[in-house]
Amino acid sequence: MREEWYEFNPGSWTTDINVRSFIQHNYTPYEGDASFLVGPTKRTLELWDKVMELMKEENQKGILDAETSKPSTITTFGPGYIDKEKEVIVGFQTDKPLKRGIMPNGGIRVVKKALSAYGYELDRKTEEIYSDNRKTHNDGVFDAYTDAMRKARHTGIITGLPDAYGRGRIIGDYRRVALYGVDYLIEQKLHEKKLLEIPILESPDIRLREEISEQIKALKQLKEMASSYGYDISKPAKNSFEATQWTYFAYLGAIKEQDGAAMSLGRVSTFLDIYYERDLRNGLITEEEVQELIDQFVMKLRMVRFLRTPEYNDLFSGDPTWVTESIGGMGLDGRTLVTKSSFRILHTLYNLGPAPEPNLTVLWSNFLPEPFKKYCAQVSIDTSSIQYESDDIMREVWGDDYGIACCVSAMRIGKQMQFFGARANLAKALLYAINGGKDEKSGEQVGPMFAPITGDYLDYDEVMTKFDQTLDWLSELYINTLNVIHYMHDKYNYERLQMALHDINILRTEACGIAGLSVVADSLSAIKHAKVKVIRNEEGLAVDYEIEGDYPAFGNNDDRVDSIAVDLVERFMNKLRKVKTYRGAKQTLSVLTITSNVVYGKKTGSTPDGRKGGEPFAPGANPMHGRDKKGAAASMASVAKLPYKHAEDGISYTFSIVPKALGKNKEERIDNLAGMLDGYFHDRGHHINVNVFDRETLLDAMKHPEKYPQLTIRVSGYAVNFVKLNREQQLDVINRTFHER
Amino acid sequence: MDRIGRIHSLETFGTVDGPGIRFVVFMQGCPLRCQFCHNPDTWDATKGMEYTSRSLMDEIKRYKSYMIFSKGGVTFTGGEPLLQSEFILEVSKMCKQQGISVAIDTSGYVWNSKVKEVLDYTDLVLLDIKNYDPRVYEEVTGVSLNPTLKFLDYLKEKNIETWVRYVLVPNLTDNLESVVGLSKHLDNFPNVSKIELLPFHKMGEYKWQELGLEYKLSNTKEPDKDLIQKVKEILESNGKKVSVST
Repeated sequence: MREEWYEFNPGSWTTDINVRSFIQHNYTPYEGDASFLVGPTKRTLELWDKVMELMKEENQKGILDAETSKPSTITTFGPGYIDKEKEVIVGFQTDKPLKRGIMPNGGIRVVKKALSAYGYELDRKTEEIYSDNRKTHNDGVFDAYTDAMRKARHTGIITGLPDAYGRGRIIGDYRRVALYGVDYLIEQKLHEKKLLEIPILESPDIRLREEISEQIKALKQLKEMASSYGYDISKPAKNSFEATQWTYFAYLGAIKEQDGAAMSLGRVSTFLDIYYERDLRNGLITEEEVQELIDQFVMKLRMVRFLRTPEYNDLFSGDPTWVTESIGGMGLDGRTLVTKSSFRILHTLYNLGPAPEPNLTVLWSNFLPEPFKKYCAQVSIDTSSIQYESDDIMREVWGDDYGIACCVSAMRIGKQMQFFGARANLAKALLYAINGGKDEKSGEQVGPMFAPITGDYLDYDEVMTKFDQTLDWLSELYINTLNVIHYMHDKYNYERLQMALHDINILRTEACGIAGLSVVADSLSAIKHAKVKVIRNEEGLAVDYEIEGDYPAFGNNDDRVDSIAVDLVERFMNKLRKVKTYRGAKQTLSVLTITSNVVYGKKTGSTPDGRKGGEPFAPGANPMHGRDKKGAAASMASVAKLPYKHAEDGISYTFSIVPKALGKNKEERIDNLAGMLDGYFHDRGHHINVNVFDRETLLDAMKHPEKYPQLTIRVSGYAVNFVKLNREQQLDVINRTFHER
Repeated sequence: MDRIGRIHSLETFGTVDGPGIRFVVFMQGCPLRCQFCHNPDTWDATKGMEYTSRSLMDEIKRYKSYMIFSKGGVTFTGGEPLLQSEFILEVSKMCKQQGISVAIDTSGYVWNSKVKEVLDYTDLVLLDIKNYDPRVYEEVTGVSLNPTLKFLDYLKEKNIETWVRYVLVPNLTDNLESVVGLSKHLDNFPNVSKIELLPFHKMGEYKWQELGLEYKLSNTKEPDKDLIQKVKEILESNGKKVSVST
């Protein structure tokens, strides 16, 4: 045993890299209530005031500052501080707080565009290097894209693809740096590389050998970066402070070099709790000091920034970074993984006020300790800043040391990554089926040319036959497009530090997604249960629909339509399973739109459910606005029917309720919300965002944004500062179903 | 078995008609004509949708998890649910078999042997006492107070947990002497575990207009804080727990 590990129980973690084993042998489950929590220290508050000032300035200017010449690597920038005296946890992505770095490996044009959108100019030399000498991911992808891929991308039947920005959704096991120190990690990588000296090196082996070498370089740079702040992370952390700081350094190294859409943190709070408990036990630290470490760690996580283009913000609005931290859950042995630090990290929402980041995600189980359930419900009611995901479902599939990347994507930490695949627009696919593969807006032949539907009224069987064929085409095109993207991403924009914090042999998932699920389910329900008349333009293109009669809509716990939604998920997933993937990735599917439900809606013509062209889709797996009429539980019950086994990348549901509708007073509201979450997850719901506020608050925030700098709302798998959304998206949120009875 | 009930509407996520998350069944039909009624569309006993007791139970069962985990249950309200006591009896029996708790929100006006039987399967009664002064009661509801007080006596005899509900309407039910009387009366009822004070609101006014009915309280204001506090204090004077809806 190493000296830094004193008093820790040994296990397989002492001889192999195995953080889960360390946690299982050493953590202290906590079944008590929140009464032990303490407020922020004076220096935390003083520091936070300074950060708030900077953020205010940032809001006014769009971005606070940006680098224009030096591309970010782990070691590009020397140390940066806000106030060295008051900062307990240190480290920024660049040399100044909130200053955005540039990462042109993803694509130089995007960097240039983003800089100019905020009034900065990209250094000429840097531009030249990345245009003439150093190829980027973006260039690679477009060199290999087929015409069909370009068309699909352009019309928006597949959108949000990570072909010009970092793919993200990879969680390095940042805890390894704290537990083992970097030197040991390097030693292990060298050992594994040695094992790859095999008789015949084929291209996958060559690629892997190169990747391991890159990983080792990244680990060395990580040490160098930490030492610029005065810390030696070559050895394991020996106390609470070092464990927190080392973990943050590891994460910081990743976000210095990669600007993936979602740069999630993993599952660190219960891991860190082991160090806190040891120091508390030995009288080396006080509760105030522990909370200070967490508050200041979280403060840093709130300051993660990437340079984005305005188009990017349409898809993922409000400047999200998805520093997702997964909290709680249950162990495979039946003990809860809730610790005091699960409470402490949620408590930052009081100590520092509500905020969208880090993306605090509670892994809910019916077996969680009751006081923790109540505390979560209370925090939701007070801050609307947390999301919940079913640990009972995910633990069965991924074990008890997985974390959520981005919004709803579970992955075993350090053992799994995903090839992020954004999403296909199923509503548009349905319109292609009706129009013989032509785009309903441009009339362009995008899908395969087959006979369009010509009757005045839509026939369910005819539509389904053609829709099924369209989905065959779409699934093939979709996976092939992702194969191109991820081949190039590995080649030109490899996540060397994050992958250094993984095992050598990992599971890769090909994370596909769908948008417009409720639009399509309702459309098919209308065609089946009511009469849908087609309106065509002069070219014979179906451009609008008239519905005669009523039809059951998704969101009312009505099997006549819910079964259609369930079938859609399974049907599309089974098609994706048939297509071969790059690096043997396992196909998965999400029902998640982020905030792009607005953009998707804009790009999609009228649909047979009565939705007019250009109107937003519902977010994620939500029922369409205003169509869920039987109360919140019926709406949730419909969503809970969607099968996780065919949507293993997650099923996102956003729930908004006025405080009054949760109960008559605070106590009742807390009990009812906790009961609601138990009911939803017991019935196999996968994910839920919980918002508790009055519509009037949001309307007032639109009028007087300055009064609501910290008003946080959950959108689709993440949270945003409401005032950072554009007007269209704000209205979309306000128009959404608020359960108010 | 499998009687038909007439139902105005269902709510799958009720949180104000009894503890926890409630599956709320709004039954059609009511013998009272309360001036402040916010569901006048439930009065007419010939309207509404028809459900068999089984089909309603099938619907209820789908929300069992929410009810069980939140320590909630089913609430029959309306309208006056006990007008359809045979139907409710069948459904309540099935709820008990499923371990689902049953509450009935009633004026206590309807009384017969079937009602007695229903109460054998009822975990909680939400008893609306519209006023304690018999004359005012009649003015407010169009019927007499006496059956309601008898009903309350029976609940005590059977020791059925009861929450008394009182709607506070300025210039109508703010006769404080009668509130004092009610508070004293309830002091003798250990089965009454809570009093719910419901400040009057006009959210149902539009329904009166839609039905072509004259709404007498158009000019009545919602009660102010002071009045609510005063009434609350009187109701609390017997030591009972009083909650005010906001």
